[in-house]
Amino acid sequence: MEKALERFYSVFAEWGVPSIVPQLIVMLVVVSVVILFISVSVMFMIWWERKISAHIQVRYGPMRVGGWHGWAQSIADGIKLLLKEDIIPAGADKLVFALAPMVVFAAALAAYVIIPFGPNLIVRDLNIGVLFYISISSLTVVGIIMAGWSSNNKYSVLGALRSAAQAVSYEVPLVVSVLGVIMTVGSLSMIQIVEAQKRIWFVIPQFFGFLIYLTAAIAECNRLPFDIPEAESELVAGFHVEYSGMRFAIFFLAEYANMFTVSAIATALFLGGWHGPLLPPWLWFLIKTYCIIFVMMWLRWTLARLRVDQLMNLGWKVLLPLAFLNMGITGLILVIHG
Amino acid sequence: MTVTQAVFFLLAAFTLGAALLVVLATNIVHCAIALVFTFFGVAALYVLLDAEFLAAVQVLLYVGGITILLLFAIMLTSRISARGVKIMNEQAGISALVVFAILALMVFANLKGLVLAAAPLPASYATASLGRLLLTTYVLPFEVVSILLLAAMVGAIILAKREREKD
Repeated sequence: MEKALERFYSVFAEWGVPSIVPQLIVMLVVVSVVILFISVSVMFMIWWERKISAHIQVRYGPMRVGGWHGWAQSIADGIKLLLKEDIIPAGADKLVFALAPMVVFAAALAAYVIIPFGPNLIVRDLNIGVLFYISISSLTVVGIIMAGWSSNNKYSVLGALRSAAQAVSYEVPLVVSVLGVIMTVGSLSMIQIVEAQKRIWFVIPQFFGFLIYLTAAIAECNRLPFDIPEAESELVAGFHVEYSGMRFAIFFLAEYANMFTVSAIATALFLGGWHGPLLPPWLWFLIKTYCIIFVMMWLRWTLARLRVDQLMNLGWKVLLPLAFLNMGITGLILVIHG
Repeated sequence: MTVTQAVFFLLAAFTLGAALLVVLATNIVHCAIALVFTFFGVAALYVLLDAEFLAAVQVLLYVGGITILLLFAIMLTSRISARGVKIMNEQAGISALVVFAILALMVFANLKGLVLAAAPLPASYATASLGRLLLTTYVLPFEVVSILLLAAMVGAIILAKREREKD
């Protein structure tokens, strides 16, 4: 990988082209690959979620488009959304309204920089690794508030406010739950964290950390049982009530892309990343990630929605103390073991 | 012009543009959103200076924390966003004086070639050594700042409680 890149650069250097040209080409190729991966994976996840929900409710779900169990349903839906009329409500703040989906999607896209699909399959092994994801994901909330406010609709403002409150309160236990792993490894780099799990996956010594992370991550994704920001029965659709067509599709894309990101990070931090016998590393990574995504979908169609006060109680009075306890015990064990 | 310089000028223009929007926009929500982009631009400049940790913390605290609370407060204040904000106020003269004083100081420092920053650390060590320094050499200021924040939090809780007792 590295060698091929160097050869690519040296070819351009021989021709006398400034180094910015091959660098830009590499960047464009990497971004295109990531966006392509996100689109395909999201389309698969949407079809999969519809299938899971249908089977949980003793239905079949999409069956017709594409032949085999309606596999092409998401593609058809995507094309339909692309062709729809672009509507901006008359009372909306047009600039902010147009900017909001881009901010949300940019945050979702940026997080893919640090996902380690394999030993060499990472866009960039940043020194600050996990911290990068935690900080960049907070940009999503800004996008959601922009969308909710600019729509000029009371439901969307309520949804945006709820979403902000939820994200701010669940970010704290999320960060603290990850600290146990970081303390054990002594590094924030994703590659080093995965490599430290060669012998034992961190889900075993850090079981509580894993549970807290998963709970907080589901809340960060605004999914049931924590979906009060978009509670259909109260808020129609929450912050994206006024969005339709492609703008709505971008929100949807970002939401599922985020779901993949939190699952991939759970895989890298707790489930040993790409480690596993026989199969190639990237396949192991994807299998583990999709297993967590399956659990998230399963929970969504099994549990009922929490009330706002229950949500806040759970976040601040249960998850946060447990996360701190987990951190303290990990620290104590590390100190005793030297 | 190297790539880094080109990126720097792009980022600087972006940050300054957003900062101007914060001051010049008449809608207070627009100001707050522009502030988000200003903070983000500053974080990007930190990355350019190899201070990745600082950049991540900047985004986490300023973008993810402070401006969201700001937007929250704006939205919970009834009809504040419908009213226009006054851009100029009666303190314009004094603030102009302060701005020019700071500008003059910066120009002077740059012309004299004043070195304010220490030599950069190798990037891969920056985060770890920052943590080590915070818990050894600078542990006292670090703890003092924590106590300050704790006091602010306790104060906020007491204020909120008093409000509730009045109701």
